[in-house]
Amino acid sequence: MKNSALIFHNRSMAEVLDPRSIELRKKIITALEHGRRGHIGASFSLVEILRVLYDKILKFDAVAPSWPGRDRCILSKGHGCLALYVLLAEKGFFPEEALYHFCQDGALLGGHPDATKIPGVEASTGSLGHGLSIGVGMAVNAGYEKSGARVFVIAGDGECNEGSLWEAAMGAGKYGLDNLTVLVDYNKYQSYDTTSYVQELEPFADKWRSFGFGVIEINGHDVTELTDVLKHLPLKKGKPSAIICHTIKGKGVGFAENNLAWHHKSKIDSEMITQLMDALG
Amino acid sequence: MRKMCLQKIFELAKIDKRVFFIGSDLGFETLKEFRQEIPERFFMEGISEAHVIGMAAGLALEGKVTYVNTIATFISRRAFEQIAVDVCMHNVPVRMIGNGGGLVYAPLGSTHLALEDISLMRTLPNMTIVCPADADEMARFMSQTLDYPGPIYIRLAKGYDPIVSKEEYGFEIGKGIHYKTGCDALLVTTGITLQIAVLAAQQLKEIGIDTGILHLHTVKPLDHVQLLDLCQEVAAIVTIEENMLNGGLGSAVAECLAEANFNRVKKFKRIGIPDIFPDFYGSQAEIMQRLGISPGGVVETIRQLLR
Repeated sequence: MKNSALIFHNRSMAEVLDPRSIELRKKIITALEHGRRGHIGASFSLVEILRVLYDKILKFDAVAPSWPGRDRCILSKGHGCLALYVLLAEKGFFPEEALYHFCQDGALLGGHPDATKIPGVEASTGSLGHGLSIGVGMAVNAGYEKSGARVFVIAGDGECNEGSLWEAAMGAGKYGLDNLTVLVDYNKYQSYDTTSYVQELEPFADKWRSFGFGVIEINGHDVTELTDVLKHLPLKKGKPSAIICHTIKGKGVGFAENNLAWHHKSKIDSEMITQLMDALG
Repeated sequence: MRKMCLQKIFELAKIDKRVFFIGSDLGFETLKEFRQEIPERFFMEGISEAHVIGMAAGLALEGKVTYVNTIATFISRRAFEQIAVDVCMHNVPVRMIGNGGGLVYAPLGSTHLALEDISLMRTLPNMTIVCPADADEMARFMSQTLDYPGPIYIRLAKGYDPIVSKEEYGFEIGKGIHYKTGCDALLVTTGITLQIAVLAAQQLKEIGIDTGILHLHTVKPLDHVQLLDLCQEVAAIVTIEENMLNGGLGSAVAECLAEANFNRVKKFKRIGIPDIFPDFYGSQAEIMQRLGISPGGVVETIRQLLR
């Protein structure tokens, strides 16, 4: 762990989650209970990012999900979909009951978001490194149409290993798409081990900056900090924005935090569900 | 053919504001007029095929009809996952135009030969594959790309290919053209192999074999109805393609014929690229000649089948 990653690691990120953050995580666990599988760690690190976006930032109409003036939010790290599903259900894009059929035969909601089925999902994702290019296309279109729509792409840190993401970053920088914002869920872990071990990303902020982005690093679990930053976009006029959100994988459940055994779980039984619920308090 | 294709995109862009064009570091001054007259819908991206396809999908998700152009093998090999996930899964109108389909770039070697592009694209749900025979057919086809739903892979040939397509036969995506009747054998073509079939049929006539031609410019969806109808009465069927035998036009026809369970036994042969990387260099015509993708090769194949 180097540079800014270290600074954020040492900073207190152990703040207590507020009731809403706990409630959202409990809903994720409820979906897990029914699907008996899912990416827990990757969903829990995302909750505050998505919560702030859907509560305070994004323009949308759940009754008319295709409203042209809406902001586009693409969860490029599609495996974090449980956090997205919980928020979309809460906002009324589909009934919360759909969460109880997660990953089941014939369900609306699967292990990665499907834009052709799920209202409110802008792009089908799951294979990493796709969402930012799609976001660039959407941001170019919003500029052409002068619709005022903004595009938000949430990428994982492991996802930033993908060359196609950096192709897209170059494209965004070239056009100075200041209606486009990338939020990186920098939880420092990918599937096998830490990002430092598998593929060091540092100096991460400098990378984004050199690709033509305005860049800021924040605590991705701090609702106030997230809100302040997201309310003042673009970070730099005439440039796309990159918000590096320092997060904790599995945030909120002590024994799952920074524990790769909880990156993805299958065959989840009722005992595990109880443990998770109890840990959240 | 390429020139006609690009010219048509510009014409379509002038009449329809949904038309966007994205190239990937194309040749100097390609679509210069488009760039000058409608710069807001003209994009020349870097050598970044994966990104280009994703960006095109993003625009298409917003209701635009996006035409993407670069070398065929870089689209089909390099950006295959973006085509599958971003374009085909969303079933959006991205038109992927592959330069140099087949053996066009023969002197450049196997890295530049798009020999399995048809095979790869055939595996993708929602994909339509069109391989026009010549510039005239390209012109008739392109005007239909504006409102056709879903993605289309368009295979370009070398250019300045002899004009063999006929206006009176019309053009409809997904509908084969019964180019010539014949009661002894049927040649099934796509792309520039129509010209080979035309020459072969003339030579076969001289030796008393009456050969029909079915031109399947659209390899997917395949015109099963017309194919089976025309195969019903002939004894021998030969497919001709400038693509790998694995998974291309010949495979598509074979699958259809195998499941037709004809009462009368049919003789069948596929002519195309065998299971090799053809690193012979030389010219497209020379490699095709070498591999029997030629009028002579077709005549010999038909003679053997009917022996």
